[in-house]
Amino acid sequence: MINSKIFLKGLKSLIGVRSPAIPLATCFIALGALLKDAGLNIQQSAASSFFTYALPGQLVMAESLLIGASIVNIFIAVWLVNFRLYPMTVSLFPLLRHKSQPRWKYYLSCHFLAISSWLIAKDTYKKIDQKYRIDFWMGIGFGTWTTAIITTLIGFTLADYLNKDIIIGLAIVNPVYFFCMMIGAMNNLKISLAVILGTILGPVFYLFSSEWAILFAGLTAGSISYLFGVRDGS
Amino acid sequence: MDPNKIIILAIIATSVATFISRFFGAITSEKVDAKSKLFDWFNLVAYSTLAALLGRIIIFPAGVLADADIIIRLIVLISCIFIFIIMKKNLVIPTIFSAILLSVLTSI
Repeated sequence: MINSKIFLKGLKSLIGVRSPAIPLATCFIALGALLKDAGLNIQQSAASSFFTYALPGQLVMAESLLIGASIVNIFIAVWLVNFRLYPMTVSLFPLLRHKSQPRWKYYLSCHFLAISSWLIAKDTYKKIDQKYRIDFWMGIGFGTWTTAIITTLIGFTLADYLNKDIIIGLAIVNPVYFFCMMIGAMNNLKISLAVILGTILGPVFYLFSSEWAILFAGLTAGSISYLFGVRDGS
Repeated sequence: MDPNKIIILAIIATSVATFISRFFGAITSEKVDAKSKLFDWFNLVAYSTLAALLGRIIIFPAGVLADADIIIRLIVLISCIFIFIIMKKNLVIPTIFSAILLSVLTSI
Protein backbone atom coordinates (compact mmCIF):
# COMPACT_ATOMS: atom_id res chain seq x y z
CA MET A 1 0.00 0.00 0.00
CA ILE A 2 2.32 2.73 1.26
CA ASN A 3 6.09 2.25 1.15
CA SER A 4 6.86 2.93 4.81
CA LYS A 5 10.58 3.55 4.22
CA ILE A 6 9.87 6.30 1.69
CA PHE A 7 7.00 7.64 3.82
CA LEU A 8 9.42 8.00 6.74
CA LYS A 9 11.94 9.70 4.47
CA GLY A 10 9.27 12.30 3.69
CA LEU A 11 8.40 12.62 7.36
CA LYS A 12 12.07 13.28 8.15
CA SER A 13 11.87 16.52 6.10
CA LEU A 14 10.60 18.00 9.37
CA ILE A 15 14.12 17.93 10.81
CA GLY A 16 17.30 19.66 9.69
CA VAL A 17 18.33 23.14 8.57
CA ARG A 18 15.52 23.38 6.01
CA SER A 19 12.89 22.21 8.48
CA PRO A 20 9.42 23.72 8.12
CA ALA A 21 8.51 22.60 11.66
CA ILE A 22 9.62 25.79 13.43
CA PRO A 23 7.87 28.31 11.15
CA LEU A 24 4.79 26.09 10.99
CA ALA A 25 4.74 25.73 14.76
CA THR A 26 5.12 29.45 15.42
CA CYS A 27 2.35 30.52 13.08
CA PHE A 28 -0.10 27.83 14.22
CA ILE A 29 0.64 28.74 17.87
CA ALA A 30 -0.33 32.32 16.98
CA LEU A 31 -3.40 30.97 15.14
CA GLY A 32 -4.42 28.83 18.15
CA ALA A 33 -4.35 31.96 20.33
CA LEU A 34 -6.37 33.90 17.73
CA LEU A 35 -8.99 31.13 17.43
CA LYS A 36 -9.48 31.27 21.20
CA ASP A 37 -9.97 35.04 20.88
CA ALA A 38 -12.52 34.47 18.11
CA GLY A 39 -14.64 32.35 20.48
CA LEU A 40 -13.72 28.81 19.41
CA ASN A 41 -13.27 26.12 22.04
CA ILE A 42 -10.27 23.74 22.03
CA GLN A 43 -12.03 21.01 20.02
CA GLN A 44 -13.23 23.49 17.41
CA SER A 45 -9.72 24.99 17.11
CA ALA A 46 -8.20 21.54 16.55
CA ALA A 47 -10.98 20.69 14.06
CA SER A 48 -10.24 23.88 12.13
CA SER A 49 -6.58 22.90 11.59
CA PHE A 50 -7.51 19.23 11.05
CA PHE A 51 -10.08 19.89 8.32
CA THR A 52 -8.88 23.15 6.79
CA TYR A 53 -5.08 23.17 7.31
CA ALA A 54 -4.49 26.40 5.40
CA LEU A 55 -3.40 29.30 7.56
CA PRO A 56 -4.54 32.29 5.45
CA GLY A 57 -8.04 30.77 5.13
CA GLN A 58 -8.23 30.04 8.86
CA LEU A 59 -7.16 33.62 9.58
CA VAL A 60 -9.95 34.89 7.33
CA MET A 61 -12.44 32.64 9.13
CA ALA A 62 -11.34 33.83 12.60
CA GLU A 63 -11.45 37.50 11.62
CA SER A 64 -14.80 37.07 9.84
CA LEU A 65 -16.26 35.46 12.98
CA LEU A 66 -14.99 38.38 15.06
CA ILE A 67 -16.78 40.91 12.85
CA GLY A 68 -19.91 38.74 12.51
CA ALA A 69 -19.71 38.01 8.75
CA SER A 70 -22.22 35.57 7.22
CA ILE A 71 -21.32 31.94 6.43
CA VAL A 72 -21.68 32.61 2.67
CA ASN A 73 -19.26 35.54 2.91
CA ILE A 74 -16.80 33.40 4.87
CA PHE A 75 -17.05 30.67 2.20
CA ILE A 76 -16.36 33.09 -0.69
CA ALA A 77 -13.55 34.94 1.12
CA VAL A 78 -11.82 31.68 2.08
CA TRP A 79 -12.25 30.20 -1.40
CA LEU A 80 -10.60 33.28 -2.94
CA VAL A 81 -7.71 33.40 -0.48
CA ASN A 82 -7.08 29.65 -0.77
CA PHE A 83 -7.57 29.40 -4.52
CA ARG A 84 -3.76 29.33 -4.85
CA LEU A 85 -3.98 25.67 -3.78
CA TYR A 86 -5.47 24.81 -7.20
CA PRO A 87 -2.45 25.83 -9.37
CA MET A 88 -0.14 24.56 -6.61
CA THR A 89 -1.71 21.08 -6.80
CA VAL A 90 -1.67 21.04 -10.62
CA SER A 91 2.00 22.05 -10.61
CA LEU A 92 3.02 19.35 -8.13
CA PHE A 93 0.96 16.18 -8.67
CA PRO A 94 2.09 15.42 -12.25
CA LEU A 95 5.63 15.18 -10.81
CA LEU A 96 4.45 12.59 -8.27
CA ARG A 97 2.31 10.52 -10.62
CA HIS A 98 3.03 6.88 -11.41
CA LYS A 99 0.72 4.44 -13.18
CA SER A 100 1.21 1.75 -10.52
CA GLN A 101 -0.06 4.01 -7.74
CA PRO A 102 -3.80 4.06 -6.88
CA ARG A 103 -5.79 7.24 -7.37
CA TRP A 104 -7.06 7.36 -3.78
CA LYS A 105 -3.56 8.29 -2.62
CA TYR A 106 -3.67 11.45 -4.73
CA TYR A 107 -7.25 12.35 -3.78
CA LEU A 108 -6.59 11.83 -0.08
CA SER A 109 -3.15 13.40 0.11
CA CYS A 110 -4.18 16.57 -1.71
CA HIS A 111 -5.48 17.64 1.71
CA PHE A 112 -1.83 17.91 2.83
CA LEU A 113 -1.12 20.55 0.21
CA ALA A 114 0.03 23.78 1.85
CA ILE A 115 2.77 26.30 1.12
CA SER A 116 5.35 24.57 3.36
CA SER A 117 4.76 21.02 2.11
CA TRP A 118 4.56 22.20 -1.52
CA LEU A 119 7.89 24.05 -1.37
CA ILE A 120 9.63 21.10 0.32
CA ALA A 121 8.22 18.61 -2.19
CA LYS A 122 9.27 20.83 -5.12
CA ASP A 123 12.73 21.10 -3.60
CA THR A 124 13.28 17.37 -2.98
CA TYR A 125 11.09 15.21 -5.27
CA LYS A 126 13.92 14.53 -7.74
CA LYS A 127 15.82 12.56 -5.11
CA ILE A 128 13.03 9.96 -4.97
CA ASP A 129 12.24 7.20 -7.48
CA GLN A 130 9.16 8.27 -9.51
CA LYS A 131 7.23 5.17 -8.41
CA TYR A 132 7.37 6.12 -4.74
CA ARG A 133 7.16 9.91 -4.92
CA ILE A 134 3.51 9.91 -3.79
CA ASP A 135 4.52 8.00 -0.61
CA PHE A 136 7.30 10.51 -0.02
CA TRP A 137 4.76 13.34 -0.46
CA MET A 138 2.37 11.65 2.00
CA GLY A 139 5.21 11.56 4.54
CA ILE A 140 5.97 15.27 4.11
CA GLY A 141 2.27 16.18 4.19
CA PHE A 142 1.41 14.03 7.19
CA GLY A 143 4.31 15.56 9.13
CA THR A 144 3.42 19.18 8.39
CA TRP A 145 -0.31 18.58 8.90
CA THR A 146 0.11 16.95 12.34
CA THR A 147 2.57 19.69 13.35
CA ALA A 148 -0.10 22.27 12.47
CA ILE A 149 -2.82 20.50 14.51
CA ILE A 150 -0.63 19.93 17.59
CA THR A 151 0.71 23.50 17.63
CA THR A 152 -2.80 24.95 17.20
CA LEU A 153 -3.66 23.14 20.45
CA ILE A 154 -0.49 24.49 22.10
CA GLY A 155 -1.33 28.04 20.95
CA PHE A 156 -4.88 27.71 22.27
CA THR A 157 -3.60 26.47 25.65
CA LEU A 158 -0.91 29.17 25.90
CA ALA A 159 -3.17 32.00 24.67
CA ASP A 160 -3.42 33.64 28.11
CA TYR A 161 0.37 33.64 28.56
CA LEU A 162 1.29 35.10 25.16
CA ASN A 163 1.56 38.87 25.16
CA LYS A 164 0.94 40.98 22.07
CA ASP A 165 4.65 41.50 21.24
CA ILE A 166 5.26 37.73 21.27
CA ILE A 167 2.24 37.06 19.01
CA ILE A 168 3.41 39.76 16.55
CA GLY A 169 6.87 38.17 16.59
CA LEU A 170 5.37 34.74 15.84
CA ALA A 171 3.24 36.13 13.00
CA ILE A 172 6.25 37.33 10.96
CA VAL A 173 7.96 33.93 10.99
CA ASN A 174 5.73 32.39 8.35
CA PRO A 175 6.13 35.02 5.58
CA VAL A 176 9.88 35.25 6.27
CA TYR A 177 10.26 31.47 5.99
CA PHE A 178 8.25 31.28 2.76
CA PHE A 179 10.05 34.24 1.20
CA CYS A 180 13.41 32.59 1.97
CA MET A 181 12.19 29.27 0.51
CA MET A 182 10.96 30.98 -2.64
CA ILE A 183 14.24 32.83 -3.05
CA GLY A 184 15.95 29.44 -2.72
CA ALA A 185 13.67 28.14 -5.51
CA MET A 186 14.55 30.99 -7.91
CA ASN A 187 16.89 28.83 -9.97
CA ASN A 188 15.81 30.06 -13.39
CA LEU A 189 14.78 33.37 -14.94
CA LYS A 190 11.09 32.47 -15.38
CA ILE A 191 10.56 31.47 -11.74
CA SER A 192 12.55 34.50 -10.55
CA LEU A 193 10.36 36.78 -12.65
CA ALA A 194 7.17 35.06 -11.43
CA VAL A 195 8.20 35.52 -7.79
CA ILE A 196 9.34 39.15 -8.15
CA LEU A 197 6.31 40.22 -10.22
CA GLY A 198 3.90 38.37 -7.92
CA THR A 199 5.41 40.05 -4.84
CA ILE A 200 4.92 43.49 -6.43
CA LEU A 201 1.50 42.92 -8.02
CA GLY A 202 -0.08 41.28 -4.95
CA PRO A 203 -0.03 44.47 -2.84
CA VAL A 204 -0.67 46.71 -5.88
CA PHE A 205 -3.84 44.82 -6.91
CA TYR A 206 -4.91 44.77 -3.26
CA LEU A 207 -5.39 48.53 -3.51
CA PHE A 208 -8.15 47.91 -6.08
CA SER A 209 -9.76 44.71 -4.75
CA SER A 210 -8.94 43.10 -1.44
CA GLU A 211 -10.72 39.84 -2.33
CA TRP A 212 -9.58 39.24 -5.92
CA ALA A 213 -6.05 40.70 -5.61
CA ILE A 214 -4.13 37.46 -5.01
CA LEU A 215 -5.90 35.54 -7.77
CA PHE A 216 -5.50 38.29 -10.40
CA ALA A 217 -1.93 39.14 -9.38
CA GLY A 218 -0.95 35.46 -9.56
CA LEU A 219 -2.57 34.95 -12.96
CA THR A 220 -1.06 38.16 -14.38
CA ALA A 221 2.46 37.68 -13.01
CA GLY A 222 2.50 33.95 -13.87
CA SER A 223 1.27 34.54 -17.44
CA ILE A 224 3.76 37.38 -18.05
CA SER A 225 6.61 35.16 -16.81
CA TYR A 226 5.38 32.30 -19.01
CA LEU A 227 5.24 34.55 -22.10
CA PHE A 228 8.66 35.90 -21.23
CA GLY A 229 9.95 32.30 -21.08
CA VAL A 230 8.35 31.45 -24.44
CA ARG A 231 9.96 34.53 -26.02
CA ASP A 232 13.25 33.76 -24.37
CA GLY A 233 13.06 30.18 -25.67
CA SER A 234 13.44 28.60 -22.23
CA MET B 1 -28.43 31.37 15.91
CA ASP B 2 -26.47 29.66 18.67
CA PRO B 3 -22.81 30.96 18.50
CA ASN B 4 -21.55 27.37 18.71
CA LYS B 5 -23.54 26.40 15.62
CA ILE B 6 -22.21 29.46 13.74
CA ILE B 7 -18.64 28.42 14.58
CA ILE B 8 -19.23 24.83 13.44
CA LEU B 9 -20.81 26.06 10.18
CA ALA B 10 -17.88 28.44 9.66
CA ILE B 11 -15.38 25.57 10.12
CA ILE B 12 -17.33 23.43 7.62
CA ALA B 13 -17.56 26.33 5.11
CA THR B 14 -13.82 27.09 5.47
CA SER B 15 -12.84 23.43 5.09
CA VAL B 16 -15.03 22.85 2.02
CA ALA B 17 -13.93 26.14 0.38
CA THR B 18 -10.30 25.06 0.88
CA PHE B 19 -10.65 21.40 -0.10
CA ILE B 20 -12.36 22.11 -3.44
CA SER B 21 -9.25 23.91 -4.73
CA ARG B 22 -7.03 21.02 -3.66
CA PHE B 23 -9.38 18.32 -4.98
CA PHE B 24 -10.02 19.96 -8.36
CA GLY B 25 -6.27 20.52 -8.59
CA ALA B 26 -5.75 16.76 -8.10
CA ILE B 27 -8.39 15.99 -10.79
CA THR B 28 -6.94 18.53 -13.27
CA SER B 29 -3.39 17.27 -12.67
CA GLU B 30 -4.41 13.84 -14.09
CA LYS B 31 -4.72 15.45 -17.50
CA VAL B 32 -1.56 17.56 -17.30
CA ASP B 33 1.78 16.17 -18.42
CA ALA B 34 4.78 17.28 -16.33
CA LYS B 35 6.68 18.17 -19.52
CA SER B 36 3.88 20.16 -21.15
CA LYS B 37 3.60 23.91 -21.66
CA LEU B 38 0.39 23.88 -19.62
CA PHE B 39 2.30 22.45 -16.65
CA ASP B 40 4.92 25.15 -17.06
CA TRP B 41 2.22 27.83 -17.00
CA PHE B 42 0.53 26.35 -13.90
CA ASN B 43 3.92 26.17 -12.19
CA LEU B 44 4.63 29.87 -12.81
CA VAL B 45 1.10 30.88 -11.78
CA ALA B 46 1.53 28.88 -8.56
CA TYR B 47 4.82 30.61 -7.72
CA SER B 48 3.47 34.08 -8.51
CA THR B 49 0.19 33.51 -6.60
CA LEU B 50 2.23 32.47 -3.60
CA ALA B 51 4.50 35.50 -3.99
CA ALA B 52 1.43 37.76 -4.35
CA LEU B 53 -0.01 36.39 -1.11
CA LEU B 54 3.29 36.88 0.75
CA GLY B 55 3.72 40.40 -0.65
CA ARG B 56 0.20 41.22 0.52
CA ILE B 57 0.85 39.73 3.99
CA ILE B 58 3.96 41.91 4.44
CA ILE B 59 2.56 45.18 3.01
CA PHE B 60 -1.15 44.84 3.99
CA PRO B 61 -1.21 42.24 6.76
CA ALA B 62 -4.38 40.93 8.36
CA GLY B 63 -4.39 40.28 12.10
CA VAL B 64 -1.74 41.13 14.67
CA LEU B 65 1.06 41.76 12.16
CA ALA B 66 -0.73 45.00 11.21
CA ASP B 67 0.26 46.39 14.64
CA ALA B 68 3.94 46.41 13.63
CA ASP B 69 4.98 49.38 11.52
CA ILE B 70 5.49 48.67 7.80
CA ILE B 71 9.09 49.92 7.96
CA ILE B 72 9.82 47.50 10.80
CA ARG B 73 8.22 44.61 8.87
CA LEU B 74 10.35 45.40 5.82
CA ILE B 75 13.54 45.77 7.89
CA VAL B 76 12.92 42.36 9.48
CA LEU B 77 12.13 40.69 6.14
CA ILE B 78 15.15 42.13 4.30
CA SER B 79 17.59 41.36 7.14
CA CYS B 80 16.32 37.78 7.36
CA ILE B 81 16.64 37.25 3.60
CA PHE B 82 20.19 38.58 3.88
CA ILE B 83 20.92 36.12 6.73
CA PHE B 84 19.37 33.29 4.69
CA ILE B 85 21.72 34.04 1.78
CA ILE B 86 24.90 34.41 3.84
CA MET B 87 24.07 31.33 5.97
CA LYS B 88 24.05 29.19 2.79
CA LYS B 89 20.26 28.80 2.71
CA ASN B 90 19.80 27.73 6.33
CA LEU B 91 16.09 28.35 7.03
CA VAL B 92 15.92 27.80 10.77
CA ILE B 93 18.24 30.64 11.84
CA PRO B 94 16.58 33.49 9.84
CA THR B 95 13.09 32.38 10.86
CA ILE B 96 13.91 32.28 14.58
CA PHE B 97 15.78 35.59 14.24
CA SER B 98 12.76 37.20 12.52
CA ALA B 99 10.49 36.53 15.53
CA ILE B 100 13.04 37.85 18.01
CA LEU B 101 13.89 40.95 15.93
CA LEU B 102 10.25 41.90 15.33
CA SER B 103 9.30 41.39 18.99
CA VAL B 104 12.22 43.57 20.08
CA LEU B 105 11.61 46.32 17.50
CA THR B 106 7.87 46.54 18.22
CA SER B 107 8.37 46.68 21.98
CA ILE B 108 10.85 49.61 21.78
